[in-house]
Amino acid sequence: MKQADIVVIGGGPAGMAAALEARRRGVENILIIERDKELGGILQQCIHNGFGLHIFKEELTGPEYAWRFIEQIKKENIDYLLDTMVLSITPDKIVTAANSTEGLVRIKAGAIVLSMGCRERTRGSLNIPGTRPAGILTAGAAQRFVNMEGYMPGKKIVILGSGDIGMIMARRLTLEGAEVKMVCEIMPYTKGLIRNKVQCLDDFGIPLKLNCTVVEIHGKERLEGVTIAKVDEDRKPIPETMEYVECDTLLLSVGLIPENELSREAGIKIDPSTGGPFVSKTMETSIQGIFACGNVVHVHDLVDNVTLESYIAGRAAAEYVLGGKN
Amino acid sequence: MEEIKRLTCIVCPKGCNVEVLIENGQVKEIKGNKCKRGAGYARTECVDPRRILTTTVRIDGGEAPLISVKTDKPLPKSMLMDCMKYLNRVVLKAPVDIGSVVVEDILDTGVNIVATKKVDAVR
Repeated sequence: MKQADIVVIGGGPAGMAAALEARRRGVENILIIERDKELGGILQQCIHNGFGLHIFKEELTGPEYAWRFIEQIKKENIDYLLDTMVLSITPDKIVTAANSTEGLVRIKAGAIVLSMGCRERTRGSLNIPGTRPAGILTAGAAQRFVNMEGYMPGKKIVILGSGDIGMIMARRLTLEGAEVKMVCEIMPYTKGLIRNKVQCLDDFGIPLKLNCTVVEIHGKERLEGVTIAKVDEDRKPIPETMEYVECDTLLLSVGLIPENELSREAGIKIDPSTGGPFVSKTMETSIQGIFACGNVVHVHDLVDNVTLESYIAGRAAAEYVLGGKN
Repeated sequence: MEEIKRLTCIVCPKGCNVEVLIENGQVKEIKGNKCKRGAGYARTECVDPRRILTTTVRIDGGEAPLISVKTDKPLPKSMLMDCMKYLNRVVLKAPVDIGSVVVEDILDTGVNIVATKKVDAVR
């Protein structure tokens, strides 16, 4: 079995910051395991700007913010595995991962940093009735298609949920020539940052419908339209306000969930209010020597805050392994 | 003639509500901003609204089919769509380094398009 002082699970902003801080504190053998083909995590598909105002005092795009950390990881010679999926972690810190070149890899870690980030809620968590045609996807999936793979998900688009990714995709798809008909938000206020409402919706005249939701999906093979309705104070749809909207694509921007399957299986205690592990002030989970940082703990609005939190976790993981050796 | 414009500042995530007093087309007073950059934003927003444009352009022979780019300065808001149309016809050749200028002075705006990612050539 391979050995590492610290294994970092996930090479996004949280994992990279934790690894760098652990290195600065003197840890030699650090391994980052990333399932995508490059480091950077979700920042790589967030091509808009607005990142780094706190950490770098300038406004960067997602890929640029990621690049500043990737460069440091390379300079510090921190090891990383790409295209590698972690399958399990155990309380005694054995990490099992798999990739197509080495097959199954097992690593005994001195400490583990969990930095798997979060994922989007899908149609399944909303219970919208109707058929199951193509053309319904999360805003983040659409973002990956448009910004990294070069595909447009559709031409006439309705967005459900006013999360930041949804509003940013409303602008992005408009710029790329799609017609974004509206953003529907069930709450009486915008969920994302107000600046995104201004620069992504208002700038392009995209209507934001508050107290409004999608109540039915239409179409067999491909989405043909949705029925929207206003909701009352209990967020129940008001039948008289139902309205049919023709569209070929429905994007969902209805919240993010910390991705904690690995943590749960390892027996780490999860806080039901955040969906992430309970952590101490040094970001240690309920299992000694396993730390967590970034969106896997709770969903952050700003990547800058993820970075700062991850420095704390990286430092604590370093102290844990170095203390153990002395 | 006096006019008060109410804006939401987009410079940072705070999103301050800013009031701009305009007299005869001149900005007289800016209120509500919590920083200097907000005042700067409010002033230009009233006279010459501009935005940073971030998008992608195609790239040939690279590890990825697209490369992310941005304007090195804010563009006049009215030029956003024209620049998108222009950039949709651009095809770069890999490798392209992060920070390199890929289109100079787009549509005579004095604004350059810069790569925000490094795309290596496929080996």
